[in-house]
Amino acid sequence: MSNLRSLSFDAIIIGGGGAGLRAALELAKSGKKTAVLSKVFPTRSHTVSAQGGITCAIASADPDDDWRWHMYDTVKGGDYIADQDAAEYMCSEGPKAVFELEHMGLPFSRFDNGRIYQRPFGGQSKDFGAGGQASRTCAAADRTGHALLHTLYQNNLKNDTTFLNEWYAVDLVKNANGDVVGCIAMDIETGEIVHVKSKATVLATGGAGRIYASTTNALINTGDGIGMALRAGFPMQDMEMWQFHPTGIYGAGTLVTEGCRGEGGYLVNKDGERFMERYAPNAKDLAGRDVVARSMVMEILEGRGCGENGDHVFLKLDHLGEEVLGKRLPGIVELSKTFAHVDPAKEPIPVVPTCHYMMGGIPTNVHGQAIMQDADGNDQIVNGLFACGEAACVSVHGANRLGGNSLLDLVVFGRAAGMFIEGALNEGIEYLDASESDIESAMKRMNRWNESEGGETVPELKRALQSIMQNSFGVFREEENMQKGVGQLAELRERIANAYLPDKTNAFNTARVEALELDNLMEVAEATAISALERKESRGAHSRYDYPDRDDVNWLKHSLYFPADKRLAKRDVNFTPKTVDTFEPKVRTY
Amino acid sequence: MSTLQVSIYRYNPETDSAPYMQEFQVDTQGRDVMVLDVLHMMKEDDNGLAYRRSCREGVCGSDGMNMNGKNGLACITPLSEVIKGNKLVLRPLPGLPVIRDLVVDMGLFYKQYERIQPFLQNDTPAPAIERLQSPEERDKLDGLYECILCACCSTSCPSFWWNPDKFVGPAGLLQSYRFLADSRDTATESRLAELEDPFSVFRCRGIMNCVAVCPKGLNPTRAIGKIRDMLMANAT
Repeated sequence: MSNLRSLSFDAIIIGGGGAGLRAALELAKSGKKTAVLSKVFPTRSHTVSAQGGITCAIASADPDDDWRWHMYDTVKGGDYIADQDAAEYMCSEGPKAVFELEHMGLPFSRFDNGRIYQRPFGGQSKDFGAGGQASRTCAAADRTGHALLHTLYQNNLKNDTTFLNEWYAVDLVKNANGDVVGCIAMDIETGEIVHVKSKATVLATGGAGRIYASTTNALINTGDGIGMALRAGFPMQDMEMWQFHPTGIYGAGTLVTEGCRGEGGYLVNKDGERFMERYAPNAKDLAGRDVVARSMVMEILEGRGCGENGDHVFLKLDHLGEEVLGKRLPGIVELSKTFAHVDPAKEPIPVVPTCHYMMGGIPTNVHGQAIMQDADGNDQIVNGLFACGEAACVSVHGANRLGGNSLLDLVVFGRAAGMFIEGALNEGIEYLDASESDIESAMKRMNRWNESEGGETVPELKRALQSIMQNSFGVFREEENMQKGVGQLAELRERIANAYLPDKTNAFNTARVEALELDNLMEVAEATAISALERKESRGAHSRYDYPDRDDVNWLKHSLYFPADKRLAKRDVNFTPKTVDTFEPKVRTY
Repeated sequence: MSTLQVSIYRYNPETDSAPYMQEFQVDTQGRDVMVLDVLHMMKEDDNGLAYRRSCREGVCGSDGMNMNGKNGLACITPLSEVIKGNKLVLRPLPGLPVIRDLVVDMGLFYKQYERIQPFLQNDTPAPAIERLQSPEERDKLDGLYECILCACCSTSCPSFWWNPDKFVGPAGLLQSYRFLADSRDTATESRLAELEDPFSVFRCRGIMNCVAVCPKGLNPTRAIGKIRDMLMANAT
């Protein structure tokens, strides 16, 4: 008999960032027995670092704004592999979700008429691209993520959500039928291992930017939900699609919001030239992030980079004046001074494209239900498993996410998952209980680390992984180098399987957490590498020297990575929105 | 001098009968790195060293600690700002129970935060769009809403050390005023009623350690003063 203590919930939400907290709020209000399980206190989640805002057609800056224009931008921005039914759902439901946040107390900045302040962001247009730049990103200065996350946490307190803070989810528990019926988790403070049973398990574990050496992501972004789902045998979608944010601070990797360019800042090369005018004559610095990041790398490769080594460019903000900087971008002023040692009111900020966001993830429908494929390649719902936020791939971002769409994604689909689960619980959910051996198999890797007696340690293996990903799967990719990377990862997987955890004590053992995180980084890295190698075209954030063009004949598809045999399949993109005409793929220019 | 002498508070309840200070030599190669980077270097040598960290850019509030006697966030504190000679002394935030090494039990701190009902309360029906708020009204929230709950302020406050169960402390009171100052909040009366006892607010003695240490440059003492004014006005 398993001697683990067990806890039972109607729904367990793994992850306390924006998506998890929004889902939890919906369920807590419904009176369902819900818990949020988070490896950090919820306001330490990475949502807190989002700066520029939440993009949504609330028709404040422009009373004639239309969610359909936002949907068009989103589909085009995603290079046409965003699912159009999902983009339609997000953009049309968005205003409701944003107004709810305001009613909960989110301290948005304001226009003179008292409405929510909106700023221009990249890839935004009016009238389906024909009406020029739109201003659609709702902002709380440049601290929108912080304001949003704290507001959601506060409203969960108000609604008495149960929190398992500083608990770490180790692996999913599946029953004999393959339904997900909970997880194994560790209370970090005491080291106790607990079997958490639930009728609905929601993975809201965020991104995994820490697979790269240089990333804007928090140290906690290790793809824990992705790792758990892959180890449980579930497929991942579009894992080759990683966004490199144009403006990470050179050297430090910390993010400088696109809102800087929205407010009128622009990029210059070593000659002081505003080079984006050459690459994107219309949108210039507010082209899609993939376009801007590639242009920056081209400038650097062609010898027009700044600094001693010519390996970055400059973001110029000084012409905006201290008042605009102080009012609209106060956090950026702080970060630049701390991490770049420059005052942006006087000098430009050195920036370089930096890994920022995982467009791929656990494939889901708009209700957050996880999807796999049956033997004939048809979609099949995974019983008991849900995902939302960055960990999920609904897909609203396709091959490239637009700025400000991640915060909208997480509130809209966190809310949608919560509503759906509430309905499903009302109708009744009954799955077979997990057996002893089901629980044992979810305990496997925890036991492996606890029994390790020697070998390489976690920090060196993590560094090796990050360097492989940085060198072979960056902004530009090509076959030979990726083959090499895939080979190195296979070797690394063996080394990690034999790695050593020296400290086996129980109380707040962060070394154990980091070891468990390393397994997840490995899963994410390999899924990314194999998907990138197999997608033989360039689309959105996935740019190949050897296949420089988009190939709509073969690749107007999602990729679907299966962990058991490391195979890449294709899945149809949805082109049938319910209330608008399909946006047909066009050549993507800005 | 590139070798840094670090003296760090260690305690593992499973293996140590009492806390002790451990000495490390850390080679920073002469670079002015952040204190958090120094901790990472030390953890490579001693896997068991425990501290919290997440965003590493000063917005999540995980890595509040006491560095050469002053509370702050390790991730945005460069060595040049804290070291004396080449010595760095790292201790957990004062006044809270230690779980392990630099990790403290934040329970009391969070409890005081929850006590002030840190959420907007408005008893009028919500409109179909957002509630309107003028830029001037919104400006009143600046310097309040940015709090990251790192606890640097409350754990530097002698009044909080003395009465952590009864005095709300600077962080909680800053958030209390954030809602009192919000033109959209209608619960002013009940919020004030919860604070009028001799401890919740009035144990603040204006020492202003909170202002001196806040890594976000916020001013809890000023917010506490505003709450006092509101309580006094209410009483007369």
